[in-house]
Amino acid sequence: MSALPSSRRGKPRVGLFVTCLVDLMRPSVGFAAVKLLEDAGCIVEAPVQTCCGQPAYNSGDRGTTRDLAMRMIETFQGFDYVVAPSGSCAGMIRKHYPELFEEDPNWRAKANALADKTFELTSFLVDVLGVTQVDATYHGAVTYHDSCSGLRELGVKPQPRMLLSSVRGLTLVEMNDSDVCCGFGGTFAVKYSDISASIVEAKARNVEATHAPTLLAGDLGCLMNMAGKLSRDGKPVKVRHVAEVLANMTHEPAIGLAKDAALKQNQS
Amino acid sequence: MTVHTTSPQFKQNAARALHDPQLQKALNNVKQGFIDKRQAAADKLPEFEALRDSARDIKNHTLEHLDLYLEAYEEKVKASGGHVHFARNADEAREIILNICRDAGAKTVTKGKSMISEEIGINHYLEANGIRPVETDLGEYIIQLRNELPSHIIAPAVHLNATQVEQDFRRVHTHLDAKRDLSEPVQLLTEARAVLRERFLAADVGITGANFLVAETGTSIIVTNEGNGDLTQILPKTHIVLASIEKLVPTLEDASQLLRVLARSATGQEMSVYTTFSTGPRRSGDADGPENYHVVMIDNGRSSMLGTSFEEMLRCIRCGACMNHCPVYHAVGGHAYGWVYPGPMGAVLTPSLIGVDKAGHLPNASTFCGRCESVCPVRIPLPKLMRHWREREFERHLTPASVRSGLRLWGFFAKRPALYRFATRAAMATLGFAGRQRGRFSWLPLAKGWTKHRDFPAPEGETFQARWQRERNRRAA
Repeated sequence: MSALPSSRRGKPRVGLFVTCLVDLMRPSVGFAAVKLLEDAGCIVEAPVQTCCGQPAYNSGDRGTTRDLAMRMIETFQGFDYVVAPSGSCAGMIRKHYPELFEEDPNWRAKANALADKTFELTSFLVDVLGVTQVDATYHGAVTYHDSCSGLRELGVKPQPRMLLSSVRGLTLVEMNDSDVCCGFGGTFAVKYSDISASIVEAKARNVEATHAPTLLAGDLGCLMNMAGKLSRDGKPVKVRHVAEVLANMTHEPAIGLAKDAALKQNQS
Repeated sequence: MTVHTTSPQFKQNAARALHDPQLQKALNNVKQGFIDKRQAAADKLPEFEALRDSARDIKNHTLEHLDLYLEAYEEKVKASGGHVHFARNADEAREIILNICRDAGAKTVTKGKSMISEEIGINHYLEANGIRPVETDLGEYIIQLRNELPSHIIAPAVHLNATQVEQDFRRVHTHLDAKRDLSEPVQLLTEARAVLRERFLAADVGITGANFLVAETGTSIIVTNEGNGDLTQILPKTHIVLASIEKLVPTLEDASQLLRVLARSATGQEMSVYTTFSTGPRRSGDADGPENYHVVMIDNGRSSMLGTSFEEMLRCIRCGACMNHCPVYHAVGGHAYGWVYPGPMGAVLTPSLIGVDKAGHLPNASTFCGRCESVCPVRIPLPKLMRHWREREFERHLTPASVRSGLRLWGFFAKRPALYRFATRAAMATLGFAGRQRGRFSWLPLAKGWTKHRDFPAPEGETFQARWQRERNRRAA
């Protein structure tokens, strides 16, 4: 339950839904999101949280999903907005919570209310706050992968590109099939790992073909999958969450790189 | 009994497909051609999205009143001099078809392309009863020679290349000169055409499927690109239409609306080359047409989908766009799915028709990327329906024990935030420390599926929530 002070001076109060993967694997993405939101004039809080329930939902376990969804609804009910650095997790709340509680008169309205105020990070910045540029520098070419849920459930495609176009020194080189799945699919990558490997193989070839030294995307699951494939193949592509670049917070080594290696790379 | 399934061995089928270089090359063609052509066709038609809505609504309306439209259709067929037979399952359908063929004294039967005929395994049944079925769609003809199922619902032989077809033709067409040149695709086509022409003329019965059945007129509609359907249904004395019950639409106007999205979604054509309407047998004064016209309406599990969440699947008009856009289909091809219908539509339909206990892998083998739903001309929410199958499997304890126990463990922590924070903090600190040298793991216990093909990036070490708490305390101080 949140018992936080109400909005000061009309600034929107944003609850950061940091998502499991960012919380556990790459907290710097969460801090990049906080910076972007604060720069855009939001008051940001990150209430104590766990998971939106998507892994259970996609495994057919509705009971666990509902339990976790109810917890999420209560955790974030006091905020003006809920923002996640992930199209997949934001999509879970926006598109699937209403469906989950469709036939539950006690929770339906609350689920719909949370769905209505929940956004993927870049979409929130551009579509809700009207941000058109960020204060960041990143030297070199990047290519951008459109993660499936963000793209097809939430319409996230122009927003990250618009913000990236304002980053000093950065050029965006589009890859072929940027809107085709990378083969992650949550537990799919483990349950059907051979098929997943074949799909990420095609993605890696498309990334390489751009010759961009950096690959960006808005979902950490996809990023870990693609980074893991590229590093296994010995390809020196730096893989980062788009928020890190937009927030000018690229001090952490790229995904899958060691701290020492990152240091050397920066020096060279 | 329907045709044999290898769906329970989906993983083995997929592994075999992934290691078949010829198949992988053929699948590349699916990736390239269909997608661009569909997009171009959709872009050229400003009302395409509105037509998809309309197509969905027409099918929904029909399914809601299916009993009425079935009756109305039957009346009209009878009034036009045709016969309607209802078959509850594959066995009944095969029996009905065999009896019609016997009444016609049939030795040879030509066939237009029909997925429901694959579903009921009619070819093998006729053969076993001394009647020779001949597929006349080129792709179907090729896979019949190979004794295979179609690997795609509109491009049945898409998994093959020209050299393989040449070998099959040389093996089967032994009456032709062994030294003939078949190096060009057009030569293969010419040969097939010549061989099939004789079959068309010899056939006693012609069997076609139906893309639509029109209730207001008792008309069956087929679309083809080769014209083989027309020769199949016009030349023999008896024409049998095989159709599953959900092919009905109320009016000709409805059918033409659906035709506008069908070919565009399937091949990117505005219309297929032939769209053929048939209503009853030849009337006096007609130039051609069969003397006997039979329609076999097959249920085979559909009616039990009505009124469930899977009813939406009965909107499907078999365009194949879902599989054309599916990364899993692109990776493994159609045969891996192990039954008649591959790709996303197969992943939803197959468990309905042969049981989720046999076809359980299919709705699980999806990344839920949603590209299928985004192109479906009748807006079937395919990922949602696959998820519904996963829910049924979970309820029936068909989900693998490893997945269930993993979920249970993770759910236990996720429902207890304090414990979750404590446990994840420790776990990530350990993993982060272990991975600090390389930044990634090439092997991790319990993550073999992942690390077999790719590295696992090491976590930064401290969780977001731990660091957030620390930094907020500092800010507050």
